[in-house]
Amino acid sequence: MNRHLISAGDLSLDDALLILDTADELARMSERPVKKLPTLRGRTVVNLFYEDSTRTRISFEAAAKRLSADVINFSAKGSSVAKGESLKDTALTLEAMGADAVVIRHSASGAPHRLAGWVRGSVVNAGDGAHEHPTQALLDAFTMRRRLGRLDGIRVTIVGDVLHSRVARSNVLLLSTLGAEVTLVAPPTLLPVAVGSWPCSVGYDLDAALPKADVVMMLRVQQERMNAAYFPSVREYSRRYGLDAGRMALLPEHGIVMHPGPMNRGVEIAAEVADSTRSTIVEQVANGVSVRMAVLYLLLSGSEVTQ
Amino acid sequence: MRHAADRQGQAPAKTVLEPAEIRRALTRIAHEILERTNGADDVVLLGIPTRGVPLARRLAERLEHVEGRPVPAGSLDITMYRDDLRLRPARALGHTEVPPVGIDGRIVVLVDDVLYSGRTVRAALDALGDIGRPRAVQLAVLVDRGHRELPIRADYVGKNLPTSQRELVRVLLTEVDDQDAVLLGANLTATARGEEAR
Repeated sequence: MNRHLISAGDLSLDDALLILDTADELARMSERPVKKLPTLRGRTVVNLFYEDSTRTRISFEAAAKRLSADVINFSAKGSSVAKGESLKDTALTLEAMGADAVVIRHSASGAPHRLAGWVRGSVVNAGDGAHEHPTQALLDAFTMRRRLGRLDGIRVTIVGDVLHSRVARSNVLLLSTLGAEVTLVAPPTLLPVAVGSWPCSVGYDLDAALPKADVVMMLRVQQERMNAAYFPSVREYSRRYGLDAGRMALLPEHGIVMHPGPMNRGVEIAAEVADSTRSTIVEQVANGVSVRMAVLYLLLSGSEVTQ
Repeated sequence: MRHAADRQGQAPAKTVLEPAEIRRALTRIAHEILERTNGADDVVLLGIPTRGVPLARRLAERLEHVEGRPVPAGSLDITMYRDDLRLRPARALGHTEVPPVGIDGRIVVLVDDVLYSGRTVRAALDALGDIGRPRAVQLAVLVDRGHRELPIRADYVGKNLPTSQRELVRVLLTEVDDQDAVLLGANLTATARGEEAR
């Protein structure tokens, strides 16, 4: 494995399977009365969050703590960043504090990549702009494998705002490495220009895609980014691309519904769908901790040799 | 471990235990367990991956054969408790499978193929502590090759094998390696040592 996890595309098939298998074992350990493992005792993990995120930060924090690492949370609000400190200076500060891993969430695509050039520890991308969110893709793949038993050859349909979604891009890259077939379904205005070069197919009709899908993944309509009139109205979007009970019935019997959260109930996903047994949304959160433990363990143990 | 095995393939290796000897050693250990634990009433066997697991299963079969009732057997992975994680590349995790009866109040017999530095057993004791509180913990190994680095000893030993630290002991089991044998190889560099210490 690489020393950093910046892009889901950097993972080889072996790397990805090693992470998923490790997460499987760790998930079983989380069912024990004592959930803590001594593995990363004495290591320091810094959560460097320039964007608001509750679930991802908490998930990384829980993962690091279960491995006995020390966790330092650094959020941009009310910190030296608000006083104008640059990313590089912040990085050097963290470096001086002896961070063994930096988990970074940033609004600018490529920030984790830059950071990796400045610090000696491992850098984990926890979401950069509209670029990537590799641990989300890993936990999604992990959830699919647990529910469906395999990843090779399964058909995954990703629906919604692909243009602004780092989750979609990371999922496409990782799932294609793992041998799944990915179809993106979205209004043409919400697809990136370069989508033709992605290892996936593209469609515009959700009803046509659902009967063939083992997995349907609904992306959040990022209403804070919807000021450029990508679609006429939320109701119109919901009617054509929202997943309601009627549409869910089009899925094959074993088909599952995923959502990276946070959900807009009634927009991209109906409440009854989100709460149905086919929905993996709560599982995804629990699996997130196991997958992030696996990533931290694999990046951090033995890293002294490579340095 | 695989790496060491490859090098082992090039060095001349001597068979120190034949399949029949392994069989007899395990049968003797099973009887010793029955004697020491008054019929293995509360015994839970936990094998340490990789090769401790099939050994634990074989011991459980023998105990069941003699006593006429099943003895729970499982596996205990110790990777996350190792003391050398920082020193070598990350390893894949083995499987931990604690029998449904649990280990609280029971006599846990840890089972491994080779006892060497004792560090694996130290890690296993830590791992056990996170799962429950056994009444007692005992250790059964197929081969004790000496060179302990910690105050640890085995309760049941298949064969005491005096070795030099430059030698490599390899246990082969049908379930994993398609044959039963214990091999002793020579001409190994010191780096092979940690890989085989588990």
